[in-house]
Parts: sequence; C-alpha cells; structure tokens
Amino acid sequence: MPPVPNAVDPRGPRLGAWITTVVLAVVLLTSSGWLLAVQAVVFALGAFAGLRYAPYGVLYRVLVAPRLAPPTEFEDAAPPRFAQGVGFVFAAVGTLGYLAGIPALGHTATALALIAAFLNAAFDYCLGCQLYLLMTRLTTRTGTP
Amino acid sequence: MTGAVVLAVALLAATVFGLVWRRRDGRVRPAAAPATTHGTETGDRVDPAVLAALGATPGGEVTLLQFSSAFCAPCRTARVVLSEVAAQTPGVRHVEVDAESHLDAVRALDILRTPTTLVLDGDGRIRARASGAPRKTEVLAALVPLLGTDVPAPGTGDDPPGKV
Repeated sequence: MPPVPNAVDPRGPRLGAWITTVVLAVVLLTSSGWLLAVQAVVFALGAFAGLRYAPYGVLYRVLVAPRLAPPTEFEDAAPPRFAQGVGFVFAAVGTLGYLAGIPALGHTATALALIAAFLNAAFDYCLGCQLYLLMTRLTTRTGTP
Repeated sequence: MTGAVVLAVALLAATVFGLVWRRRDGRVRPAAAPATTHGTETGDRVDPAVLAALGATPGGEVTLLQFSSAFCAPCRTARVVLSEVAAQTPGVRHVEVDAESHLDAVRALDILRTPTTLVLDGDGRIRARASGAPRKTEVLAALVPLLGTDVPAPGTGDDPPGKV
C-alpha cells in the first residue's frame, strides 16, 4: 500500500458531509429535484474530478481552513472520494425520481444518501470500508487468483 | 409533509445505527465457536494454504493478520496500533494484506469489511477477531491467553500512558 499519495485535511470532507446532510434535508422537505440535481453535480465533481475540485472542499479551504490551526493529520483522499461516488449514484437516482414524477423513489434515494452523509459527518463512519470489499466480493468470481 | 417524516425517520435511524456502530467498532472479540466457521477451515484452524498465500504461514509466533483496502481511513489507524503491539511484544508479528488482491482468502475467512484483524496463534488457529480499528488495550488483552505472562501491561513500554 502506497504511503498516502494523495492526502487531504480530514476536516474538509467532514465539513462537506455536514453541508451535504443539510442540503439533502432541504431536498426531502421541498421535494426539489433541481436542488438534488445540483447536489449530484457536487458529488460527481468530488468523485470523478477529484477532491481538489469538490465544491464544499473548496469552500473549506478558502473560508474555513485559514481560520483553523494547521492540520495535525492527513488522510488518503481515496476513502472520501469513494463515498462521493456512492453519493452520486443515490443523488442521480433520486433526481430522476423527483423529476419523473415518482416522489417515492426520490425520497428513498435521498434518504439513503442523507443517512450515509450524516453517519460520515456525525460519527466519522467510513462507507468505503463497509461497502467496497463487499462489492468486490459480489462482483468478482471465486477461483480467480 | 411526507418528506418531513422521511427526514425524521432517516435521521433517527442513522443516529441509532451510528451509536451502536461506535460501541462495536474495533472491539476485539474471542473467535466464534468452530461450528459457525466454514469453508476451508477445519475446526478453527485455518487452511495452511490460505495462510501461505497471505504470507502468514504459522511458525509458532502469534500473528496479527490485518485485511485492508484502498478506500479505508481506519485501516491506517489499525496499522499503527497493530505494528506498535507487534514491536513491543516478543513473539507477535503484524501482517497486513490488501483484501482486494486476496479474495479467495477473504471468502474463506469470512472477511466482510476493512479493516478486519484476525489474531492467529502459533498453530494458525483464529483466536480473536476485530472489525474496525482495534483498541490497543484490547489487542494486548487478547494476547494474554496466547502468550502467558509475556505481554507487557497496557500503559507500559514506550507509549505515553492513556494512549490507545
């Protein structure tokens, strides 16, 4: 395992998870497919372009980080990036649900994304740790070396 | 209206789940009874071929076998804790493997998430298991029955007291 090739201040993703939780809560309260679409784009930037381009991460670096003590620890960017990818899938499905007139689908997908974001924000829960290996186990056949 | 109910239920469910998860995460538990294990294990002894493939062939030493993955921040914490324990405890070694590149072993040993740590005795038997980054005191406690009195008490050694 490489020694942290791509490190981030862990407080950035944590703040991002709080902002995400609030945005998703507003989506549930307003059933706004468009707001969820915006959040899906936010997820997509973090997951596919990289955390450097994640909008809430930029917010953290520009507005918050200068007021805090320098980070005492760094963490690999891969785990939060994976979580952004999972968030993107749920947000995309939920957006389709709301905009296609299937609010039950919109609510369900948004609630799942909110649960993940809230667990990450409040408990430092690592979604990639739980899901990634399970997904790999399910999608890879037995007997491969 | 529906949205507000969904929001409340989601937040409540996540809070309950999070509290339970935080209590359990990283707990070092004694190995399950042999009857509940399966696959390539005989009794609670791991197939030597599985261990050999992981570079963890039993050789009389106690092995802290850690499964990690790329998308896993607590795996780093686990690495620090386990390598410290191995460094300060004679007869104990730390072996970290990438779960994704050892899927056969992952299935045989029933590894569901990362980090998962197995405490293997010198014969390659699973004596304890921890999912999540384990606490140092609990790892040391799990080693006591395996090593007798050779285990340094928690808080001694090079670490400042209270650090786990």
